Amino acid sequence: MRNAQFILFALVAAAVTFIAARLIDNAYVFFAGYVVLQYIVLATAWNILGGYTGYVNFGTAAFFALGAYTTVVLHKAMPLWPLPAMMLAGGVISGLIGLGMGYLTLRLRGTFFSIATLAMAVVAQTLITNWNFVGGTRGAYIIRPMDSTIFTGDYIQYLFLIMLLLSVTSVAVARAIEHSPLGYGFSAIRDDELAAEASGVPTLRLKLIATVLSGGLMGMAGAPLPYYVTYLDPASGFSLSYAVNTIAMPLIGGTATWLGPVIGAILLGTLQQVATVTISSALSLLLVGLLLVGFVIAAPKGIVGWFKQ
Amino acid sequence: MDLSFDLLGNAIISGLLLGGFYAAVTIGVSISFGMLDIVNIAHPAFIILGSYTAYIANSLLGADPILSSIVLLPAFYLLGIAIYHVYDISFERRGDASIRGLAFFFGILFITEVTLVLVFGVDYRLVDAPYIGPSLHIGVIHLPMRLLVPFLVSLALIGALQLFMSYTFIGRAVQAVAQDPMALQLMAADPSRIKRIAFGLSIATASTAGAILIIIQPVEPSIARDYIGRIFAICVMGGLGSFSGTVVAAMILGIIESLTSTFYGPSWSPAVAFGFLLITLAMRPAGLFGRS
Repeated sequence: MRNAQFILFALVAAAVTFIAARLIDNAYVFFAGYVVLQYIVLATAWNILGGYTGYVNFGTAAFFALGAYTTVVLHKAMPLWPLPAMMLAGGVISGLIGLGMGYLTLRLRGTFFSIATLAMAVVAQTLITNWNFVGGTRGAYIIRPMDSTIFTGDYIQYLFLIMLLLSVTSVAVARAIEHSPLGYGFSAIRDDELAAEASGVPTLRLKLIATVLSGGLMGMAGAPLPYYVTYLDPASGFSLSYAVNTIAMPLIGGTATWLGPVIGAILLGTLQQVATVTISSALSLLLVGLLLVGFVIAAPKGIVGWFKQ
Repeated sequence: MDLSFDLLGNAIISGLLLGGFYAAVTIGVSISFGMLDIVNIAHPAFIILGSYTAYIANSLLGADPILSSIVLLPAFYLLGIAIYHVYDISFERRGDASIRGLAFFFGILFITEVTLVLVFGVDYRLVDAPYIGPSLHIGVIHLPMRLLVPFLVSLALIGALQLFMSYTFIGRAVQAVAQDPMALQLMAADPSRIKRIAFGLSIATASTAGAILIIIQPVEPSIARDYIGRIFAICVMGGLGSFSGTVVAAMILGIIESLTSTFYGPSWSPAVAFGFLLITLAMRPAGLFGRS
């Protein structure tokens, strides 16, 4: 399937999803669906760096929360900006952070990059906690508009629609990368970085492209969060569960293709929504951890790998 | 000026003591990451586990946290052996240690944390011991006992490990496996067995490190994360696997953090460790004392 066909197909799937959600006509469907869609974006973004080039990013929460806090700042400074513009800004900020981080650590062994991302999450949280303008430890309240301007309906439907479009975009980007020279460069880095470098692949530049794309998408996914939760504090924005989920989802689904993170996000995201409602949120997180460890031990190629065998 | 000199002196002394404690927290990672090249990011979670076992022994039996942590060393050693066994079968032998190995330890970190939350809740826990309240005064310098005792325990622990590594057969074999596993195999020693023992030792140190952590500050499950940046910053700066380098790097970080929290406020100190790590990685990835 060519890219244009794929995008058309994905848009149709998105339209069907949205219409189905409206037909059910229950606000909870939109609230739960938003989280699952958000994880599709995060897992796909993580996989562009982690799955395609083999560099593990533990700092999803930082990129995600920086996007969210960009919205908090813009909401206070320029309240008239539409949400999509704020998302772009959040994406740019997180992308730039990714560029800086990558530039400092990507020339080293992959494990150093991973450790640095983990530590960066702690520091970004420290900075936000000490920044009074965005509420510091107390957190920030965001009042969302009653109705969206684009169509009649609850604001949550508007957020759902935006996240739906963002997930279509990120999946289309990931899929387009796979079959492009960029994607072949990425897999050369993953398989043998030294050999790739020796064959003239510009490894540092490609790794930086992957980091910026991945971080930027995570920032865009985080940008609508303040409007979704209406109250954001550093502890919840930087929650480690975002990092665990975005690593677990691609690894459970399969990291080799765009389909893996999507399957992983839908399965694990839905499972958690159900488990949070029926059991408890701590137990549902424990479940994610156990599934992650179980899958990396028993099924190294993920669910997609099962079906290919 | 007099006052600020006192403040400075005390900040440096408590930074040194804090650094001694950081060395004990890091020493396990110096073994697992520095020598064995196993990126055990779950190590801080085991330290917190050590804090909770010391807490249980202290609150239920009234036992001294440090003594009880020494009694529990074999249990942590066995836990380490078990984890290494799973890691070895699932990742090292498949030659697939990078992404999946990292994800494995990340999962372990998370499982340990969530389990502790489910069992103990998110309340801060503390222990009771005779040396927690008082402090020594030498001139204008205050030496709080709850920092001094962990400092001494930490140095004793690292000294004992250093002696073990230098003078026993197993210890030398661990150093050998760090340098050249293939050569070790040619000497008819099993690298996998040596690594298993070394990893067991690295997790065993978490028992004592956890006990002195809960002496220094109240503990709740999620503080493990604050230590990840510190531990790896110290380990990398100390030159990956050098015990003396680890101690010196830990003390430098301790002093910088103590100065930062004295003069700018404690809420900034987590950022210090990270800045430290980034600068080290960018300027001297071989560590302060390593050959680059």
